[in-house]
Amino acid sequence: MFDISDNVKKVNLINRRLFIIAAAKILVFVGLSTRLYFLQVKDKKKYLTLSDKNRIREWKLPPVRGEFKDYFGRTIAGNNEVYQLHLVPEQVEDFRHIALRLKKILNLSDREFKKILKKKKEIKPWETIVVSDNLSWEQFSRVNSYLYELVGVKSVLSISRIYPYKENFTHVLGYVSQANENDIFENEDIKKKFVPGLRVGKTGLEKSFENELMGDNDIQRFEVNAYGKKINQIEFKKGSKGKDIDLTLDTEIQKYCNELLKDRAGSICVMDIYNGDILAMQSSPSFDPNLFLFGINQDDWQLIRNNPLKPLVNKTISGRYSPGSTIKPIVALSALENKIINTKFTVKCEGKKEMYGQTYHCWKKKGHGFVNLRNAMKQSCDTYFYEIARRLGVDKLSETAKKFGLGEKVFKDLFNNEKSGLVPNTIWKKNALGRGWLLGETMITGIGQGYIQTTPIQLCLMTAQIANGGYKIYPRLTLEDQNNFPDKYTPLFNNPNNIKIIQDSIYSSTNEVMGTSYSSRINDLKYRFAGKTGTAQVKKITEQERELDLKTSEIPYEQRDHALYVAYGPVKSPRYAISIIIEHGGSGGSVAAPIAKKLFKLVIDRHKDRENAQRQKYLNI
Amino acid sequence: MRTDFSQKVSFFQKLRDYDYTLLMSILTLGVISVFAMYSTDGGKILFHTKSHFVKFSIFFPMMIILSFINIKYWHAGSYFFYLIVLGLLVWVALYGVQASGSKRWINLYFLNLQPSELMKVGVILCLAKYFHRIRTDRTNHFSTILISLTIVIVPTILVITQPDLGTSILISLSGLIILWLSGLRIKYFVYSFILFLISLPFAISFLKPYQKLRILTFIDPDRDPLGSGYQIIQSKIAVGSGGLMGKGFLKGTQSYLDFLPEKHTDFIFTLFSEEFGFVGSMFLLVLYSIIIYRIIVTGLISRSFFSRLFCFGFAFAIFLYVTINMSMVLGLLPIVGSPLPIMSYGGSSLLATMIGFSIVLSAKINHNQNIS
Repeated sequence: MFDISDNVKKVNLINRRLFIIAAAKILVFVGLSTRLYFLQVKDKKKYLTLSDKNRIREWKLPPVRGEFKDYFGRTIAGNNEVYQLHLVPEQVEDFRHIALRLKKILNLSDREFKKILKKKKEIKPWETIVVSDNLSWEQFSRVNSYLYELVGVKSVLSISRIYPYKENFTHVLGYVSQANENDIFENEDIKKKFVPGLRVGKTGLEKSFENELMGDNDIQRFEVNAYGKKINQIEFKKGSKGKDIDLTLDTEIQKYCNELLKDRAGSICVMDIYNGDILAMQSSPSFDPNLFLFGINQDDWQLIRNNPLKPLVNKTISGRYSPGSTIKPIVALSALENKIINTKFTVKCEGKKEMYGQTYHCWKKKGHGFVNLRNAMKQSCDTYFYEIARRLGVDKLSETAKKFGLGEKVFKDLFNNEKSGLVPNTIWKKNALGRGWLLGETMITGIGQGYIQTTPIQLCLMTAQIANGGYKIYPRLTLEDQNNFPDKYTPLFNNPNNIKIIQDSIYSSTNEVMGTSYSSRINDLKYRFAGKTGTAQVKKITEQERELDLKTSEIPYEQRDHALYVAYGPVKSPRYAISIIIEHGGSGGSVAAPIAKKLFKLVIDRHKDRENAQRQKYLNI
Repeated sequence: MRTDFSQKVSFFQKLRDYDYTLLMSILTLGVISVFAMYSTDGGKILFHTKSHFVKFSIFFPMMIILSFINIKYWHAGSYFFYLIVLGLLVWVALYGVQASGSKRWINLYFLNLQPSELMKVGVILCLAKYFHRIRTDRTNHFSTILISLTIVIVPTILVITQPDLGTSILISLSGLIILWLSGLRIKYFVYSFILFLISLPFAISFLKPYQKLRILTFIDPDRDPLGSGYQIIQSKIAVGSGGLMGKGFLKGTQSYLDFLPEKHTDFIFTLFSEEFGFVGSMFLLVLYSIIIYRIIVTGLISRSFFSRLFCFGFAFAIFLYVTINMSMVLGLLPIVGSPLPIMSYGGSSLLATMIGFSIVLSAKINHNQNIS
């Protein structure tokens, strides 16, 4: 059956075929080795990076925010330790039971309770649920006494913003609250440093200085598994706290301003007339910014939002008011500068004046008789200013007004809610309203009515620049702000004498008999100040109303005049300027000027402390 | 006719002729595999480590015992073995245990037996016996081709329908290699290869959606890096990040942080490669080469065609398993379930491989045995 020769043939055949296969095998194994070489030796770096990217994940923690200090180094927006309550579902045996216990212990509302249950469904079991991000002391101690039976629950120390002076700095500083999509979209830095629970400035300086204040995140580097669970911490990189920002504000004065504005809508600001330091700027009514830190509750929010006195508006920089008679120094100065009048120029005031088919009233029905500049300013004679404004023309007037800072943002881009107001001229009206300027409009502009609109901070700056002898200054809120603009301290006048004339006339308005704020004067030379009243109409007064001559209290609130007062002091060597506006307060002389009297006492008393503090700062360096 | 001119081989002589190199290589591989399993369990002795250790401890001595069975009895029982396994495959198709969408297992209480793994050896055994008797001038006869192809195709189809594409490919390729070795005309291989290429587009349309996805993923793993491309991307990252020396035993981050899927079975090489680097991978590849070489050597010195064909066929099968598994985890082939011999977790695969080795070892001892 077996054939030897065939067997040999068969063996040879099989072996031949085997060698072909064996050669192929060697080739394939060499191929595999090459592949391994390329993966493991040549491209090792690439794959090692990819592997680290897989296994290492970074967690950012919220950075510690920089603080705001007042001029004397007092913290006016600081950081506070708060206790948060964390819950890790994975470590909890019966989640619902624990959640119910917490609800009872912390007195959580049904909504908060449901939020916790919902959150649990959204996250991985090893992630953390923040049950409360600000435990009250009472809640904290209660939870702590139960903590031994609440497995998976822990209280964690965290840092949060605090505003120790509550409503006193609300509008200047603004407030912080949880970052939302908009904040992330607008600010690249927030986007980079964002972590859930990050609080960012929403308004005011908190928003303006967001990038300086924010600081750097702490970074935790963890090794994680494929499901994202942290296995162990590899690295902890401490971030740095945000920059502290020193402000020019004086807490004492700021607090006093708030007190003076109590129960009223209005604004006060106080400015150094030489370096432009803002000592205080308060808008009233205010609210407690601490309410916003952990999300404001609906009741508080509605209360603030629906308040007719508009606490959310920073009236100092966003409130637009007719300046009323407070514009008169500028009108007079403009007329002097343009040589329309001199000090001897007189106008006869008969209480009203018919012109261009209109009747222009002076506030004093009987009229002031013959008045020169000094007397007109002292008594705030409207007729005199109608006349000089008419002679001056609105374009020249607006030029001077703009020079002194009206009609443009005082803080430039610092605040996103500052308004520039409006200083009208003929070109403006043509462009904006498409109609020609009427001479009558020039006349009412001369007494600060009509189109002209100013913010309290602009009026303060205007007054400061008159008080310092007519030199350009730049107001500032932070000590770091050197405001070294090329035109700083450049004269805003042609003739320095004209400024002196205006200063003297303002002085007379407060310190001489018949002056509109004479009753609010301070005789003590140390505190003596000079100021100009203003009473801005919010609506045109009809002849009928003029006949009735109603008292302020008899007019509906929204129709009452705004009371204004701008002043500077002490007169022997001026240093500070103020502007006061009480919305719908009545007349400037009776409502706003008395506030200035109280305020100047404090402002001037604080001057020594301020100088000492400044000296101390130099010594510290 | 001469019947049996081999003299009786004494036990002492058997021990002297025993292939200790092969034995030691297998043992080394077994030890490595237990440690690798220990690593997949995260450095603890857990289920996989224990189970694999127990299986290897049983199957390795079993292999030695079986290797003392004379090769002629293996020859005699070949068809029987094949038919038993074929029967099991039919049984599986009817009453098999279903898991993750396929019916592959028979529940034997101590072990879930996967007959398709045994068929990988069975088909080689059967064809080696069949061609043992075929004269060279009859090799290319129609009836020979028909019978031998039937032996290959029947189990292949049974396995394909489980469905288990990877194993069926291995079974058919293991069978075809015997046809090749026996001298089937090369042009048939060329023709059928061309035919295969032409029919490929049609074949693809018959594939299950998940199988198509695997092919697409192979072509471009980044098309779905978190879905179907995930395994291959993570496997490449693991191997690549191992570098020259590896990350160290139990320090393969890809594996212990669970980025690596199926690390006990198909991706065991990836784990090993991550922890022991290029050096370790090459060591493993050399170890497999030694095993393959020893099997071929046994084949070359074997007197009977049965031994010769079986050894060459089995050597090729081992080569095939290693190549397909490694190519798969290195991103050179689409993902088809295919274990790495001895290393991968899985009792049936280990059992089949060990049976194969015991036949080879037996062939070595009895290389002078003539089989009528």
